[in-house]
Amino acid sequence: MAENNSIYYTEGLSIPETPAPGEEPGFWKQTHVVGKRIPRVDAYERVSGAAVYPSDITLPNMIYGAILRCPHPHANLTKLDVSRAKKMPGVRAVITGQTPEAKKLKWQYNGYSGPLLDTRCRFEGEAVAAVAADTHYQAWDAVRAIDAAYEVLPFVADHSKSLSEDVPDIHENGNLVEMDEYARGDVARGFDAAEVVLENTYETQCELHTPMELHGCVASWDKDRLTLWESTQGVYAVQSEISDVLGMPLSKVRVIGHYMGGGFGSKLKPGKYTVLAALLARQTGRPVKLILTREETYMCVGNRPASTMQLKAGVKKDGTLTACDFTCTGPSGAYPAGGTALVDWQIRDLYACDNVRCSSEDVYINAGPARPFRAPGHPQASWALEQMMDDLAHKIGMDPVALRLKNIPDISQGRNRPYTSNGLKACIEKGAEQFGWEKAVKQARAHNHTGTHIKRGVGMGSCVWFVGGGGPPSTVIIKLFRDGSVNLNMGASDIGTGTKTVMALVAAEELGVKPEVIQIEHADTETTQYATPSGGSKTVPTESPTVRNAAIAVKRQLLEMASEDLNIPAEDLAYEGDEIISRKDKNKRIQVTGVSRLKKRGVVVGVGYRGPNPADKSVNPFAAQFCELEVNTKTGEMQILRFLSANDSGRVLDRLTYDNQVFGGIVMGIGFGMTEFRQLDVRQTGRLCNRNWHDYKLPTALDVPVDMESLPIEIGDPEANSTGTKGLGEPVTIPTAAAIANALFMATGIRFTRAPVTPIEMRRHLTAIKEG
Amino acid sequence: HINGADRAVLVEPRWTLLYVLREVIGLTGTKEGCSRGECGACTVLFDGIPRYACMTLAVEAQGCNITTLEGLMQGEELGPVQTAFLEEDAFQCGYCTPGQIMSVHGLLEKTPQPSMDDIRVGVSGNLCRCGAYNHIFRAARNAAQRKIK
Repeated sequence: MAENNSIYYTEGLSIPETPAPGEEPGFWKQTHVVGKRIPRVDAYERVSGAAVYPSDITLPNMIYGAILRCPHPHANLTKLDVSRAKKMPGVRAVITGQTPEAKKLKWQYNGYSGPLLDTRCRFEGEAVAAVAADTHYQAWDAVRAIDAAYEVLPFVADHSKSLSEDVPDIHENGNLVEMDEYARGDVARGFDAAEVVLENTYETQCELHTPMELHGCVASWDKDRLTLWESTQGVYAVQSEISDVLGMPLSKVRVIGHYMGGGFGSKLKPGKYTVLAALLARQTGRPVKLILTREETYMCVGNRPASTMQLKAGVKKDGTLTACDFTCTGPSGAYPAGGTALVDWQIRDLYACDNVRCSSEDVYINAGPARPFRAPGHPQASWALEQMMDDLAHKIGMDPVALRLKNIPDISQGRNRPYTSNGLKACIEKGAEQFGWEKAVKQARAHNHTGTHIKRGVGMGSCVWFVGGGGPPSTVIIKLFRDGSVNLNMGASDIGTGTKTVMALVAAEELGVKPEVIQIEHADTETTQYATPSGGSKTVPTESPTVRNAAIAVKRQLLEMASEDLNIPAEDLAYEGDEIISRKDKNKRIQVTGVSRLKKRGVVVGVGYRGPNPADKSVNPFAAQFCELEVNTKTGEMQILRFLSANDSGRVLDRLTYDNQVFGGIVMGIGFGMTEFRQLDVRQTGRLCNRNWHDYKLPTALDVPVDMESLPIEIGDPEANSTGTKGLGEPVTIPTAAAIANALFMATGIRFTRAPVTPIEMRRHLTAIKEG
Repeated sequence: HINGADRAVLVEPRWTLLYVLREVIGLTGTKEGCSRGECGACTVLFDGIPRYACMTLAVEAQGCNITTLEGLMQGEELGPVQTAFLEEDAFQCGYCTPGQIMSVHGLLEKTPQPSMDDIRVGVSGNLCRCGAYNHIFRAARNAAQRKIK
C-alpha cells in the first residue's frame, strides 16, 4: 500500500456508507475499531498526573472555604455569633442565614423549597454558616470559632418507626413523603393458583457513595459572570441549578468539569456548598475553593436509602410464577429525595408474572437526604426478589437457573410494551454455561458433605435496569480540520466510564480516522454542547448515536464539497480509504484532505443531534451474575472465589473499559452485600457513628476475587439506536449482593435476609444455630 | 527534596505534606481523599517507601527524599508502572490512581517479582471506589514484567 503521510486514516478501513440527508444511519454490521480492547484516550493524563480535577485547581489570589454544620439530627438554631470568627487570622468572609446575599436564597429538593441556610436543621450535617480564609487551616479555625447554640429536638433515625404515633414530625405535614402503588392482574387469584407460596421480610442498609474525589468546587467571579470548577457528573445540570438558585442567566454561569473523581449518582447535582462557594467568592472578590471533608460527604451529599421490604410470591411446581406481592418502606432522609424511588421495578418488570402488586412508602427521617445511587432502588429489590427466587426453586426442587429461565417475559410488563431486545435468557443461559453452573453446584454440594468447616456455595441472580436506552436531548459537534485531524466537542462528563474514549472510537469508526487523531473537548458549559448528566447508564446510548450523527454530518458536507471538485453529484460519491470516489467511475477520485473547499475553509463542522427512541418499545439492558464462595463456619469469615457477569448491554464499544466497568460493578455490589452500612446512633443521639472509611468499610483489594469474568452478550439491537448500544454501568451492580446471599445460603443453609452480611452477622447466625 | 530537586517552603507546623505538595507547591498528582490515612490516594514514596502524605507533617519531610507521581515521569514519557496502568486500563475515574501507582512502584522496588498475594497486600492500603482492582492487579503484573526488561 502506498505510503501516505496524511493524518486521515487509510489502511484497511472501510468507511460506513453515508446516509443521504434525512435518512437514518444503518446498523454497523462490522466494525474496525469499535469493540476492540483500546486503552483510554485520556489514560496518559490520568496516570501522569496531568489530569486536573476540580480539587486540583489553584487560581491566583484564591482562598479557601469551609462550612459550619449542625451537629444534631434535629435542632433549632438559637444562636449564631460569628464575631470572633470574623476576627481570626486570614478570615476574609463569613456567611450566615442573616447575610443579605444568602437570606433570600432557596434550596430545592423534590418538590420542596426551603431557605438555603435554615435555622431549623433536620439532619446532622445541615449547613449553618460558611467562612473563607487564606488557608484551608485558617478557614477551619474560623468555623470552630463560631459560637452556635441549638435547641435540640426529638429525632427519628429508624425509618421503620417513622410513621409511628409516638415519634416527632419532621415536617408540618407529617413523616410520609409519598406512597406509590402499582398493580396488575389479581394477586389473590394468583396466590390461589400457586402450589407453593413463600413470604419473607428483607432489609438492606443505607449505603454511602463516598467517591474518591471529595465533593466540592472552585468558584470565581468576573463581574457578573461566575465560573465554577465542580466535581460533577453533569456540568449543564450544575449550571441550571446554580443559575436558578442565584437568579442568573444561564450564559453567565460557566461550569467546567473536565475530570472528576467518581460520583455514582451523588454528583448529578451541585450542593449547597457550590452556592456558598459562589457567595463567598462574590463577597471577597477572590476565587474560593471549597472542598468538603470526607466526614461531610458522609452526611450531606446523598446515599442509597435503607429499605425494609416484604415479598410474598407464589409459584406452580413447574416453576411458573403466579403472583408477587411486594411492599417497601424506605427513607428519603430529612427532605423529599426518592427514598423508595424505583425500588419495585425488578418486581414489576424482570420475571414473567401476571399478578403483581407493589406498594412503597417513602418516609422522612432525621438524616441526610438521599441522592440517586447507581441503579436507584434496584439492588435493594434484587436482594429480596433474587433470594425469593432461590427459595422458591429449592422449595419446588428446581434449579435456580431453570426457574429463572422458566419466567422470561415476552414484553416489558412494567411498561406493557415490547423490548427492542431482551438478552435476559441469553445472559442466564450463556452465563451459567460459561460459569460451569451445574458442575459447580455439584462440586460445592459434594465438598460440603465432606464435613469440613470450610463450606462452599454458588449463587446467581439476574436483573433488568429501568432505563439504559438513553435518549434526547444531546448535541455533539465534530470538526474535521484540513489535515484530516478531528476535534470532538460534547458536553457530557466522563465520570470514569470511558465516555471520551468510546466516543472517539465511534467517531473514528464512522469517519475512518485513527482514534488518536481525535481530540476531545467536553464538560464545559461555555465551550461544549448541551448534554444531560452522565448517569442512569444512559451516556453511551445517548451520546454515541449523537456522535455518529455529527460524523455523518461531516461526511455529507465533504461529499458535497468533493462534488464541486469532481463535478459529480454528491449522491454518486462514496468514501474509499482516504479518498472520495465516484461510484460510477473509479478513476474519478480525490483525497479527502485534497478537497478544495476544505483546504480553503480550513475545517468542516458537523453537528449531530440525538434522535428519538423507538416510540412503542422499551430499551433496557439485562444481566445475570454468578459467584462461588467459601465460608469458614468457625470464624464467620467469607471468601469470594470467583464471579462472572453476563451482560446484555447491546454493542460493546471498547472491550477494555467495558470489562473494567463490569468488574467495578461487582466490587460495589460486594460492598452493598457484605461490608457497607451507615450506622446511626438510633437510640441515643441520632448521630452518624461511622463517618469515615475506617468505620465504614469499602471493599479493598483483599475483599474481591482475582477471578472475575465478563461475558458480553451481543445479540444485536438495531432498533435501540444507531450504535445498537444500551447502558452498562448500573446493571453490573444490581444482582451482585443477591447472588452472594444465594451462594451463602448454599454454603451454610442460612437465609440472610438482612444486608450486609458482614463476618459479624455471619458469626451471629452461626452461633444462633449452634445454640439452637 | 522532592522529585529530585530541593524545595524550600515555609510551613506551619500543622501543615501536612499533602497540603504543601498540593496547595503550596502545586504537585496535584498526589490526591486528597480522606485526610486521615484511610484511602491511600495521597500515597508518595518517602525515602523509597510508600507512605500517606496526609498522615505526614510537612516538617517531617525535611531532608527526606519524596517522590510523587510526577517524579515517575521521564520527561513527557510515562514510567513503567504508569505505562502498565495505561495498557491494562487499571483505573476508571483515575482519582485513586496516583496512589495505586505509587504503591505498586514501592512494592516492585522491594519485591520485583511479586506473587498475586503480594500485589493484593501491596495495594490493600489504597481504596478504589470504582472497583478497578482486577485491572490494577493486572497492571502490577505487567509492570513487574516491564521492570525486568
